[in-house]
Amino acid sequence: MLRSRSLILLAAAILASFTACTKKTETGPEGSTATAGTEILVGEVGSLTGTEATFGTSTRDGIDLAIKQINAAGGVKGKKLRVIVIDDQGKSEEAATAVTKLITQDQVTAILGEVASTRSLAMAPISQSHHVPMITPSSTAVEVTQKGNFIFRVCFIDPFQGSVMAKFVANTLKVKKAAILRDIKSDYSVGLSNIFTETFKQLGGEIVVDQSYSGGDADFKSQLTSIKTKNPDIIYVPGYYTEVGLIARQTRELGIKAPLIGGDGWDSAKLTEIGGPALDGSFFSNHYTPDDKSVMVQKFIADFKKDFNQVPDGLAAMGYDSAMVLADAMKRAKSLSGDDIRAALAETKDYQAVTGKITIDKNRDASKSAVVIEIKGGKFVFKETINPT
Amino acid sequence: MTEFTQHLINGLGQGAIYALIALGYTMVFGVLQLINFAHSDVYMIGAFIGYYSSKYLGLSQHPGVFSLLLALALAMGGCAVLGFCIERGAYRPLRKAPRINSLITAIGVSLFLEFGGQLLFGADPKYFPPLFEAGDPYVVGGVSINKLELLVFVISFFLMLGLRHIIFKTKAGRAMRAVSFSHDNAALMGIPVDRTISMTFMLGSALAGAAGILVGLTYPKIEPLMGVMWGLKAFVAAVVGGIGNVLGAVVGSLILGVAEAMVVGYGASTYRDALAFAILILILLFRPAGIFGKARTEKV
Repeated sequence: MLRSRSLILLAAAILASFTACTKKTETGPEGSTATAGTEILVGEVGSLTGTEATFGTSTRDGIDLAIKQINAAGGVKGKKLRVIVIDDQGKSEEAATAVTKLITQDQVTAILGEVASTRSLAMAPISQSHHVPMITPSSTAVEVTQKGNFIFRVCFIDPFQGSVMAKFVANTLKVKKAAILRDIKSDYSVGLSNIFTETFKQLGGEIVVDQSYSGGDADFKSQLTSIKTKNPDIIYVPGYYTEVGLIARQTRELGIKAPLIGGDGWDSAKLTEIGGPALDGSFFSNHYTPDDKSVMVQKFIADFKKDFNQVPDGLAAMGYDSAMVLADAMKRAKSLSGDDIRAALAETKDYQAVTGKITIDKNRDASKSAVVIEIKGGKFVFKETINPT
Repeated sequence: MTEFTQHLINGLGQGAIYALIALGYTMVFGVLQLINFAHSDVYMIGAFIGYYSSKYLGLSQHPGVFSLLLALALAMGGCAVLGFCIERGAYRPLRKAPRINSLITAIGVSLFLEFGGQLLFGADPKYFPPLFEAGDPYVVGGVSINKLELLVFVISFFLMLGLRHIIFKTKAGRAMRAVSFSHDNAALMGIPVDRTISMTFMLGSALAGAAGILVGLTYPKIEPLMGVMWGLKAFVAAVVGGIGNVLGAVVGSLILGVAEAMVVGYGASTYRDALAFAILILILLFRPAGIFGKARTEKV
């Protein structure tokens, strides 16, 4: 028996170690280091596969559209821009490897990415230490740009996004009892939950229960059962769309009627594909809405539809804006060195982008308005705009 | 108390699915003393068979018990064939080789299926179509249970009952029990050992295929690596119950399912996965043969 028992243990250990193995895939052209010629290379890191795949693919499509338009308009300083994309499969360690490769092997001039804050946090120190400017299109956690003066973002930050939803819940929905279900593995989700809790309490609300899950889980019934006994009016679930869709279904399966409230991590067509009718009547904060009637937004949507045959989501719009802001800074920069582009980026002021006017503040963040989206019949419907104070 | 009962029901639902997978591990171990690590990936393939058959046969347009049973039958059949091929191609040639060779082959087959699956199906998660509408839950004394959960219980129960019937009431089952006792003696009695082993693999794989469908319905996110964690948990459940023992696999799975639900409900979600392996270590330390297993002395 002793032998077979140790065999079992050995086998379990071997199998467990295999689960940690990862696969490295790359898309995009490889092996070109010719920055001196007619091209400016820009590196992009995104989750093109994995549970947050649409984050990466939407952002990539947005960036591709922007680059195409910039090049059609003559490029930057007489050179064309070219993007090298690496897929990080939604893993922080892959994101760190990817950014190192882009900087040291491909010698890119600047980095665009990531969407998820946890992965941007893994990339930022590497970009900073090589003095390569990095713009994250849509990582909202505060710490991301605190990693150094080469790290920028073109979106709002979580303290704003979290307080927007707390105010919306307290003032527009007029409810007093909220439950929180946070993804304990995600810097983004934890940050938003904390800000929401703080603001909601200041507004006289009460957090009746605070539960957590780990990104990648599929079963949330135990947490939801605990939440159900406290009978909250709403449940704040600032996670990413795959888990949120599953959570929504299980919420209704347990007979909980309270609407779910979330953040920009919900923004994916996959959300309603997974969650279905369970999500009707739920709300989330986002960067932009395709319902915006301004000429610029409508032109962007028309161009995007022509290339990709779908309505761009918020992350595609943020990807587009990040590339546009980068190109704008490159045009204004004295040279294409990292330091000059960094200086030009820091001076970005009132740049009119699809997702609003972008001014980079002293923390290298963008101060912008947020929109609240309601889910009705599987569609994202614009509810209201909330401006920063 | 309502909360406790609800956790109990959630846990039993989870446990019933673990049991379907754990049975495959335990049956194969019973006849071959081999831990078939590829088993968890057979379960993954089952889920994908369900996904593609409902996509191409249009089952998701007609949700209901019939569509569900059809998908279930296809997945079970497909997985039985796969189980047969795995045994025939990978394990039978190694029947006379040292046991560690088969074990390593099992891990190889498992990785082959996982990453072959990534190539074939793509690494992105797919969303399992709703073959059966859960509908509004029934609420009894504050505890809610929906049609889907009931159906998962019922299907698992009948599958296990069927398995029990095959093992204890049929000739083939008697052959399986004889082979698990001793290959040589069974062969001397005129039992076709190879065929019996093939049949054991097919039965276990069919159950895993059924589990794939039931998991797809309950947690509609399927991906090529989905089997890894579920497989490990079901394996732990089989060891807890006493690997090689059919009843033990079921009891071990239910214990594990309920324990997980309780830990997440009253403790923290981050301990969910740690719990299964903590239980594994404890059971190996204090009762290595498992709850129902008989301690055997083995010549080393």
